Amino acid sequence: MGARQDLGAGGTQPGLDRSDSRAHCPAMPHDTGHDDHPHALLPPDPALRVKALETILTAKGVVDPAAMDAIIDTYETKIGPRNGAAVVARAWADDGFRARLMQDATAVVSELGFFGRQGEHVVAVENTADTHNMVVCTLCSCYPWPLLGIPPAWYKSDAYRARAVREPRKVLADFGVTLPGDKAVRVWDSTAEIRYLVIPERPLGTEGWDVDRLSALVTRDSMIGTGLALSPDAA
Amino acid sequence: MTDNAPEPVFEAPWHAQVFALTVHLNESGLFAWPDWAERFGAGLKARGLERELDGGEDYFLVWLEVLESFLAELGQAAPDEVERVRADWEAAYLTTPHGEPVVLKGGVRA
Repeated sequence: MGARQDLGAGGTQPGLDRSDSRAHCPAMPHDTGHDDHPHALLPPDPALRVKALETILTAKGVVDPAAMDAIIDTYETKIGPRNGAAVVARAWADDGFRARLMQDATAVVSELGFFGRQGEHVVAVENTADTHNMVVCTLCSCYPWPLLGIPPAWYKSDAYRARAVREPRKVLADFGVTLPGDKAVRVWDSTAEIRYLVIPERPLGTEGWDVDRLSALVTRDSMIGTGLALSPDAA
Repeated sequence: MTDNAPEPVFEAPWHAQVFALTVHLNESGLFAWPDWAERFGAGLKARGLERELDGGEDYFLVWLEVLESFLAELGQAAPDEVERVRADWEAAYLTTPHGEPVVLKGGVRA
C-alpha cells in the first residue's frame, strides 16, 4: 500500500501555476521549414536518439515497430479520462458496483477492459463529506493510465510532486479548490504497483441521472483529486 | 473548465515514441515495470536536484536518458552503437533532398 498521509488545516496561498509546465517547455530545436530547404528537416537530437534505439532493437528482433505504433495509437485515441469517468458515474448510480469497486477496483476495472498493462493494482479512494483524497507520485509519475490516459505535464512536474504531499491545501487552492477547514485531506502516493482513482463526491441536483449524463460531470482533475466533479449547471 | 479542454496527449512525436518503446519493451518481457520505475524515479530525482523539472520536455529527456542507460545495462544497446546509429540517422536526414523519404543506410525508413 502506498504511503497515506492525513493532513489537517492548511493555508490558501497560491504558488503552483498550472500554466508554468507548458510556459517553461523549451522550444523544440526544430527547423520550422523553409520552401528552399535543401534537405529533409532534421528532427531534434532526442528524436534521433530514440530512432537509434528503435533501429538497433528492431534489428535484433527485440522491438516490433508495428507494436510501438499500436501503443501510440491506443494512447492517443482510445485511452483517456472518459474511461475513468464511466467508472465513477457507474459507482455513483449503482451502489452494488460501488461496493465492489471499493473492495477490489483492480478486478472491477479489468472486467470493464481497463486493465493495467504494467500489471499494477488499482485502488479506488472515495471522497466523502469528511474526507478529500488526492493522488501524486513522488517517485516519478505513476498514474492509472487505462483509466485516465497519459498524465498532464503538471502531474509530472517537480512542483506538484513535491508540494502535493507537503502542502496539499495550497496546491488545491492553486487549482481553485477550497475545502472546508474541518475536511481532512488524504494524499495517496502512487507506486509502480499501486495506482489510485479518486471517486469524487456526486454533485447535488443529479438525482435520477443516468450513467452517461453523470459521466459528463466527471473531470480528469476530479479523479486525481485536484478538482471536484462539475455541478449540473456547469456541465 | 481547463481540464476538459482538448490538449495533445504528447507534446512532441518523440515523446510518444520513447514512451511506446518503453511500454513495448516492458510488455515483451525485457524488464519489469517496477524496475523501470525505480530507475526513472532515481533519474528524475538526480536531474531535479540540478534544476526544477516542469514535467514537459525535460521529463521526457530524463526518460530517454534513463532508458538509454537501462538498455546499456541490459546489454541491448551499447552507448557507442547508439551514438553511431544516431549519427547515421542525422547524416541520412542531412543528405536526403527535402520532400523525399529518409532512408537509413541498410534500408530502414524513417
